Amino acid sequence: MFTFRLKRTVKLGVKSLWMHRLRSTLTALGMIFGVSSVIAMLAIGEGASQDAQDKIAQLGSNNIIVKTAKPVEDQSSMGQQETLKEYGLTYDDAERFRNAIPGVQIIVPNRRLSQQAAYRQRRVSIEVIGTVPWFPEISSVKLKYGRFLSITDMKYKQGVCVVDEKVVKDLFAFDDPLGQDVKIQGDYYRVVGIASEQSATPDSADMKEDKVKSKKGAAKAGGIYIPLTTVKDRFGELTLQMSAGSGRTMERVELQEIVVQVDQLEQLLSTRQSVQTLLARFHKKTDYEIVVPYELMRQAKDFQRIFTIVLGSIAAISLLVGGIGIMNIMMATVSERTREIGVRRALGAKKRDIVIQFLSETLLLTLSGGILGIVLGVGIPFAVTRFGQTRTIVTPGSLILAFGISVAVGITFGLYPAYRAANMDPIESLRHE
Amino acid sequence: MIQAGETLDVEKGEPILVMKDLGKSYQLGSHELKVLRDINLTIHRGEYVAIMGPSGSGKSTLLNMIGCLDRPTYGDYLLGGQSVATLDDDELSMIRGARIGFVFQSFNLIAQLNVVENIEIPMYYQGTGEAESKTRAVELATMVGLDHRLDHRPYELSGGQQQRVAIARALSNDPLIILADEPTGNLDSSSGSDILDILDRLHGEGKTLIVVTHDEQIAANAGRVIRLFDGYIDKEEINKR
Repeated sequence: MFTFRLKRTVKLGVKSLWMHRLRSTLTALGMIFGVSSVIAMLAIGEGASQDAQDKIAQLGSNNIIVKTAKPVEDQSSMGQQETLKEYGLTYDDAERFRNAIPGVQIIVPNRRLSQQAAYRQRRVSIEVIGTVPWFPEISSVKLKYGRFLSITDMKYKQGVCVVDEKVVKDLFAFDDPLGQDVKIQGDYYRVVGIASEQSATPDSADMKEDKVKSKKGAAKAGGIYIPLTTVKDRFGELTLQMSAGSGRTMERVELQEIVVQVDQLEQLLSTRQSVQTLLARFHKKTDYEIVVPYELMRQAKDFQRIFTIVLGSIAAISLLVGGIGIMNIMMATVSERTREIGVRRALGAKKRDIVIQFLSETLLLTLSGGILGIVLGVGIPFAVTRFGQTRTIVTPGSLILAFGISVAVGITFGLYPAYRAANMDPIESLRHE
Repeated sequence: MIQAGETLDVEKGEPILVMKDLGKSYQLGSHELKVLRDINLTIHRGEYVAIMGPSGSGKSTLLNMIGCLDRPTYGDYLLGGQSVATLDDDELSMIRGARIGFVFQSFNLIAQLNVVENIEIPMYYQGTGEAESKTRAVELATMVGLDHRLDHRPYELSGGQQQRVAIARALSNDPLIILADEPTGNLDSSSGSDILDILDRLHGEGKTLIVVTHDEQIAANAGRVIRLFDGYIDKEEINKR
């Protein structure tokens, strides 16, 4: 009996809505757009946040990254023709971190330089990373072929290098790079290994301040890893920079980066504090910055939460508007079908039957709108990922939320018109033209 | 509560509709408008009664009263031995569905439903099962000569055919009374006389018919004519056949 009633009610609802196809479609559009935009926005937001979190995680959640930052220009040095500016992290800093901070597991000092690398007739812009053999332990960069730099390479300042896959692609094309020699600033370096590409650090713009930027700018240069000692020996520590306002400037920077890894996550904050204290004591100017990926991750999560709340509010408003549209149409439908209501009442329909009829009609409208909205809402992120190269994540939670909202909107905005229909006087309704 | 298909202890010739000193008035500001006054009316099973009267004589109000769409201001109304005056809205709905078969002047079929589905409506509200209700609807459609139009929608039918569907619908719960309000008012004379033939046939089968009309022609078919004037029963005439 119940299934028969349900079947009848749904069938009647569908027939009534089908009578006014255009009107029903337009009304459902409110729901469709509301629901699909909720899902799509949440999916894009979630994707972006996950992307950011992944990038941060690649930097290592147990790492503290200390970077050289160019200090703000002094008044005294302004206007001089030729200056030598010394700033940034030093080998001493790395030594101090190792000796003075407990719980530090690994310290990796890095020197980064922008250079041109040549192989046969080909030349490309690359980043030289002077580093230590244990670099891969703190980095997401993984060795793919061959070997990484060794202690012996360090000790004897060997002319060897590990190239990353970007360099392999740009420079070697079809040759096997292992064992080949790459020319950088007049010296040759033998390729001993191939590593995966490096991930961009969140504020890489600051880091590349002292680099010669390629005209394309945005394209990330490939990386060539060379023993730190070799880099120090062959490239020196001076960088010449030409600037329009103050003429020539010489810069002297020892290290661009020191990565400190702690044993336990709990030590992260205390270690950060120690690093900060140590640096503050030995650096007169703030020529460094400290990046803690774990903190960035927490910030990203906070941001995600705010983003979700904002999106939720926008969605709620758009669904409210859609719901009001539906209520409006249902009011019109009820008054248009006054006669039908009177006839049904005369033929034995109780008030409850009329409420059920109109409420289920509203629900059908919002549910079909909701389901189409879900389909569209899943389709949009798919298209964005496919054509926009942006990561999106459709969570099951957002689908359930959207579906639940369309039901709730249907009931909320369907009840009043349905009750109005049920409470019409049967005699008046029958007389209605 | 009244169940569908419930048989009542009303033999042919027994009174099935009794109105005792019934009246209806509306309050219009400070003025009380008396639409029906002191109606005393008994209708027996199997009767064919025509209710006539000029506009404003209280015909429609009496029809609503008989059809349990309205409650009297005073007096009593017994339908099939049960007092209707004190029933609540749900109970009135059930009584209407089970005991009254309405036939309207303007047919009042539901536009989005086909012939069979329209005939099924009263049975649906009485809770009749799917198969049973469908079988009965087809049976009734066949009886009124529309077995070739079962899945047609009202707009695909002529006026006369629509009114035949409405009569089939009125019969679906086997009501005590078939209550027709100007059943031929919107029809041409040929389809009108078809409808009157069907009503005659139903009367012949022992159904109780009450027809509200302006048309003396219809009144002539009825066994008894009740003439209303200014809210009173003015005259009762028995037509000899």
